[in-house]
Amino acid sequence: MASNLPAIVDPSDDIELVLRQVLCDVLGLSAERAAELDAESGLFGHLPELDSMAVAGLLTELEDRLDIIIEDDEVDGEMLETFGGLLAYLTDKRSDD
Amino acid sequence: MLTGLWPSASGEQDYALSFDQAREKRVLVIPALFDEANKLRHFTVEVMRRLDAAGVDCVLPDLPGTNESQAPLHVQTLASWRAAMEATARHFSTSHVLAVRGGAMLDWGGLPGLRYAPVAASSQLRGMVRAHMLAAKEAGDPVTREELTERGLAEGITLAGLDLGAPMFAALSTGDLPEGKLAEIPQNLLGGPGLWLRAEPAHDPAQADALAQLVLERLA
Repeated sequence: MASNLPAIVDPSDDIELVLRQVLCDVLGLSAERAAELDAESGLFGHLPELDSMAVAGLLTELEDRLDIIIEDDEVDGEMLETFGGLLAYLTDKRSDD
Repeated sequence: MLTGLWPSASGEQDYALSFDQAREKRVLVIPALFDEANKLRHFTVEVMRRLDAAGVDCVLPDLPGTNESQAPLHVQTLASWRAAMEATARHFSTSHVLAVRGGAMLDWGGLPGLRYAPVAASSQLRGMVRAHMLAAKEAGDPVTREELTERGLAEGITLAGLDLGAPMFAALSTGDLPEGKLAEIPQNLLGGPGLWLRAEPAHDPAQADALAQLVLERLA
């Protein structure tokens, strides 16, 4: 009976894709550069162009595209420092909702 | 392309960038607000160049207190900017409006036209407050949204380098997009991500082509 339903996309893949896309849009990365981002890739504090205003824009865009609300007290340097850190936060956030 | 002075509502003379050959269709371009104004300036002017080439006059005024304006920013409010846009439209006898992003907040309802990827002022303020909190936290001196809001409403505040007076802060914090009669052009019709997202200002000629084409079709 369920066979006609579309395959369920693993939500963690989905979030990673959105995060890569938003980073592409914010940093102006090519698809190749974005695909090279791994868990250890440094973000806030590592990329000079990613200042506080750009991070604020990044978070707002992630809220819109993932339909989540990022609370002020959840935003800190650790969560924003690496690609992996931000992805883990977003995955957590999505599973809570 | 011409730059000229227009007598702004603040009593100062402000600059406007214009493509003016006294043609039938004359578009007042209301710029994006705050940091987005810088990020979208190149794009906005490129769209104007394309409209000019297609036979449409257009004018891009400085908002009082921004760019070359000699008026102080901290006394401005959304209402003073809206009045300035209406005065510019009268001065240049524009026939239509093209509001870019937060520029849609300054539509006074007097002219037909379009708004491109409109964003509410409240949403822009939220981003500026978040950026301020983030920077304060990194500097080891954290501050809460409530503290910033209280300060902003009481005495005004400098956010993202912008000197916002208390009336402007109040107007932004409750600033929803007006109903108005401007038709909307959403970003997804431009075939790329919004350039206001970019950490460093950038330009995309293909998106400027797309927006100019949409504007020309809809003003026809």
